[in-house]
Formats: sequence, structure tokens, C-alpha cells
Amino acid sequence: MSIKGKAAISGFAEMPPQKGAGNITPLGIIANVAREAIADAGLEKSDIDGLLTGWALSDYSVLWPSVVADYLQIRPSYFNQVELGGASAAGMVWRAAAAIEAGMCNTVLCVVGDRRARARQMPPFPSIEAEFDAPYGLIAANPGYALIAQRHKYEYGTTAEQMAKVAVDQRKSACQNPSALFGNKEIDIDDVLNSRMIVDPLHLLEIVSPCTGGGAFIVTSTERAKDGPHRPVVLLGAGEAGGHSSITHARSLTTSLVKPAAEAAFDMAGVSPQDMDFVQPYDCYTITVIVTLEDAGFCEKGEGGRFVEDHDLSYAGDFPCNTHGGQLSFGQPGLAGGMSHVIEGARQLMGRGEGRQVKDASIGYVNGNGGIMAEQCSLVLGV
Amino acid sequence: MGDYNKPLPHPNEISQPFWDAAKRHELQIQRCHTCGTHIFYPREACSECLAADLIWIPVSGKGKLYSYTIAQAPTHPAFADDVPYVIAIVELEEGPHITTNLVGCQPDQVTIGMPVVASFEDVSAEMTLVKFRPE
Repeated sequence: MSIKGKAAISGFAEMPPQKGAGNITPLGIIANVAREAIADAGLEKSDIDGLLTGWALSDYSVLWPSVVADYLQIRPSYFNQVELGGASAAGMVWRAAAAIEAGMCNTVLCVVGDRRARARQMPPFPSIEAEFDAPYGLIAANPGYALIAQRHKYEYGTTAEQMAKVAVDQRKSACQNPSALFGNKEIDIDDVLNSRMIVDPLHLLEIVSPCTGGGAFIVTSTERAKDGPHRPVVLLGAGEAGGHSSITHARSLTTSLVKPAAEAAFDMAGVSPQDMDFVQPYDCYTITVIVTLEDAGFCEKGEGGRFVEDHDLSYAGDFPCNTHGGQLSFGQPGLAGGMSHVIEGARQLMGRGEGRQVKDASIGYVNGNGGIMAEQCSLVLGV
Repeated sequence: MGDYNKPLPHPNEISQPFWDAAKRHELQIQRCHTCGTHIFYPREACSECLAADLIWIPVSGKGKLYSYTIAQAPTHPAFADDVPYVIAIVELEEGPHITTNLVGCQPDQVTIGMPVVASFEDVSAEMTLVKFRPE
């Protein structure tokens, strides 16, 4: 049994990220994007019989899927929380497809929302990282990705300018995205390198900005999706990989778990990276994109820096990459940051990219990444 | 020493021997008595063969700098006075990787691969952190 081709994204909705906390709760955001996504798919709330969601840092609790089901007053026959950090949204796509193919449900609402709360009720650290990483200041994501970037520079000669180019090119696309948090002004490499150094070698403009926002998409069988108002965005391949928590104990800093995840996704789809019309790789940092493009097979290992230097990554370029601007320019509203890559992939394939539409896009690669390169979920989507 | 406000380890029964050794300014890690693998962080079972057969052994405290970042902004508010400081991963001679701070070295002198040795820092009456300095 394979889930290849069996299920499709039939609709989506996204709240434009906003910098402040906003006068709205995560559940309120979830209700808004759920309503809009259900309508976008041409469905009624009563059509939803599956629910996949993920935590909100600003309203963290156990039994969250039931909290969401209660708030929305839906009665799922399949529901769960996908806890893969930034890879959660990508992970929802194949889990929904598998549940549909297994006959557990017909139509799954995948939804996340989060608020940049003043007093964040952060979930607890893994105890091992609290004991052996935090006392030395290895806390949260910034220093972990800086350790990766520094080692990548050492092993492969990747330069600060090459990393900066990712932020610069993605900003060009963000300037065509009215929802992007930072879509008002293009930037150049000097702007990135002159921005404040946070954790050497990562500058401020190479690091995502937390914000308030949310997103939702609907997964249903490919057959059912054909009745909807949009071109069904079919799941052609999926792959997932994990195996470390603290970056200190990753098997490699520079060859990531994207490699097995992407290989599995391309194998299932029966296509190669070179067949993709665009890519939407998770971009919490500039280095994340370079490592992901290498490990997913778009260039040789260690050539990622040169690859981004040699290609135009904007929506109009020869290698469209994060056509919504990436989270670097779109913003990172909690898990909805990871969802933005899935939704942008679907948007492009439905032909709804408006000012940033990739011409004739019919197949694309999406990657979700959680923790410090700890959870990877790769998808191949097509129409 | 009394006003140390940075995050401190909260050892449990399994990890306590590591911190007890650090307090004596010794580096100890675990080794699997079944398959011989050196283990860090402390566990109840071997990370390779899952045998619950781990013993504590003293190690040289020597290693190489595997990667590092210079924090130019504090990674936690309590580190504000330390900026710039070096967060590092050290590869111990025995194999395992350990998170640490590199001390006794100007940030612009840090290079990946440099030989380093454990340097113990008594941060409170109860707790000693394991940092590293150039060998």
C-alpha cells in the first residue's frame, strides 16, 4: 500500500503574520483560519471528520487536539497532535493521507495558530538539554544553528555572503506577498552583513522573527478533491526522518536528516529533485536552506553556498525558493511558520500565486524542519 | 559565587556521578560494559546496544573543538554580562560530543579542530561546570 497520489490539499487559509501579540488567542486564530480553509475547499464544517493540529507556545497544554475539537465543535473520527516542531505541518499532510487511505476518515482539517504572547508559557525544555546544554548558554534555536553554520563554513568554505544571499533573494519574493511581515523593502547582501551579529556567524537578518499568525489546510481523497473549487494539490511523495534532540548529539552537524527524508519522498513520487518547478524549504535561518538544498539533492554536498550564489532564488528566478518570502521575510508565527511552506506550495500549484506565481508550476518540493535540524519531513506535491 | 543566576544543572540519580566528579575537577563519562561504547550524556542504558550495563570511568579531559559560536547577543538574559562568549561542542578523545564554553581564549583566536582540555569552573558551593580551554 502506498499513499502516493491518494490524497490532495483542496483548500487553505492563512492569517497574515503580525508583529504584536494582537487581541486574539491561538484558539481564536485557529477558528478563523479553519472557517476560511473549509470555505476555500468548498466544504461545510460538517464535512470535517479528521483533525490534525499542533501546539501553541502561548497556550500550551496537554490534550490539545481535544481542546481544538471542542473549540471548533467538530467531532473527528481521527484526531491527533503532530509534534515535530517546525516539521509538524508537513508531517500532517502524509498523516492525513494515510488516515484517509486507511479508511479512518474522509476529510482532515490541519490547523495551527500561535500568538506572540508577552508572557510566553513555554513548554519545558527536554531535561537532558536543561542539564547539559542550558548551563553553557546553548538555549533555544539561535546558537544551535550557529554551530551548524560555523561547521559548514569550516568543512566546505561556505561564506557569509552566500548565506546572506538566501535572505536577499527570498526578500524579493516577499515584496510580492502582501501578507509578508517584511515585504516592504528589498535588501542586499550588505544589509544582511551589516545587520547586528547575534550568534556568530548568524546576523539578525538571517534569523526568523517570532510573530502572531496561523494557517490551515484541508486534506481529502484525490477523488473528492476533484469536486472542489480548486485544482487538487496531490501528495505524490513523503518522507520523514529523526534521531537526535540536542544538536550536540546529532550524528553530523552538516549532513542533516533532510537526506533520508527527501530521498524517501522523491522515491515515493518517482521523480528527482531536478524535476521540481519550485522548492519551499523550511528556513528558520539562512544556513537551514543551504543544508536542506544540499541534502535534498539539488546540488552536491558542500556546494550549497555556491548553488545559492549561482541561482536566482526569487519567484521569477531560475530556482524559485520560498516564493512567499520564506519565514525569514514572512515571519514565524509558531508552528504556522512551518505551515507557510506547505500552503505556499499548494498556492503555487493551484495557480493562485498572483504577483509571485511561478510560471507553469506543476510539481514542487516542500520541507518541514523541527528543532535543531531534528525533525525532517519532505513532501513532493503536484497537480 | 553566591549570586550566580545563570541556568544550573539539576542532576538526577543517573547524572549525579558526572557532577560529583566535576566538583572534584575530574571528567568522568560512562562506558558500556557490554559493547565498550563511550557514552555521554549520562544514561541508564547504552545508546548503541541498549544494555543496562554502564560503568563510570575517568577520561583524559582532552579533545578537539568540533564547532563553536560566539554569542554577540545573550542567548539567555542571565548571560548578558558575559557577551561575547563562546558556546562550543567539544569532541572528546574518547569519542562523545559535549556542550561547553571555551574559556581562556580570545573569541577571534578560536578555530575548529584546536586541541582543548577540560577546565572546571566552580559556579556555586554545590556546582562545578565543565568548560574547556586551549590545551
